[in-house]
Amino acid sequence: MTGKTKDNYNKNYLNYVKTQDPPTQHLKNCAAAFGVGGLICCIGQFIRFMLEYAGLTGDELAGTTSVILIFIGCLLTGLGLYDRIGRHAGAGSIVPITGFANSVASPAIEFKTEGWIYGMAAKMFTVAGPIIVFGVFSGALVGIIYYFI
Amino acid sequence: MGQEILAVFLAYLKAFAVGGGICLIAQIVINFTDLTAGKILVYFMLAGVVLTAIGVYQPLVEFAGAGATVPISGFGYLLANGAMRGAEKGFFYAVTGSLAAASAGVTAAVVFSFIMALIFKSKTKRN
Repeated sequence: MTGKTKDNYNKNYLNYVKTQDPPTQHLKNCAAAFGVGGLICCIGQFIRFMLEYAGLTGDELAGTTSVILIFIGCLLTGLGLYDRIGRHAGAGSIVPITGFANSVASPAIEFKTEGWIYGMAAKMFTVAGPIIVFGVFSGALVGIIYYFI
Repeated sequence: MGQEILAVFLAYLKAFAVGGGICLIAQIVINFTDLTAGKILVYFMLAGVVLTAIGVYQPLVEFAGAGATVPISGFGYLLANGAMRGAEKGFFYAVTGSLAAASAGVTAAVVFSFIMALIFKSKTKRN
């Protein structure tokens, strides 16, 4: 199992890593993701109700709700609190729109030491960039398909 | 009055169940594959676009409210919905409609992140 032959190195090493890895706690993981994700959506629903009460409707209502959630996500990232939530919640903090905000704000803050243009501004889109690329592409595709049918 | 409170409570319950459910699916995918957070976000966004285009996501949004719009698949819903509404107006709006609908979210993410980068310094991650 020591992997003296060259083509065994990788396989043996990966097997070794597997034996040393702590086992994934599926149930705990999933419960945390469900709870935190659901809670963030409830906060979103609360903001929605408040804005509805303030008289917003339709696109304005949906847009303002996401803007407020994105602001909360960015602020918690800046304060360094979002990572702490994320460590326990996994997908529960990644998938909601606050996770998208975190993925934009986190590298922006981290890489500003490398300069404002190639650091902060460029790294801002390391995770959000692909989302926007595939989103705009698929969105345009859907629009064109719907235009012709 | 009692009925109103029940309706509000039900709205929260539905948002919690559907939103939590979407996150639960993502967590299961993460547990059983080695997809990173960035890839999960892209796939769920694309799933939102596809499900909206085939007409499955709209009923879910009407049922669960924020439970369906807050997860990243809701961003895909926004893009596809904007494109579909634009397609009714003309070819130009069919192409530009998706990003126009998502402009609020993208603008907010960029502007707020810029402000946070101005204010905060990066902290060492405590693991």
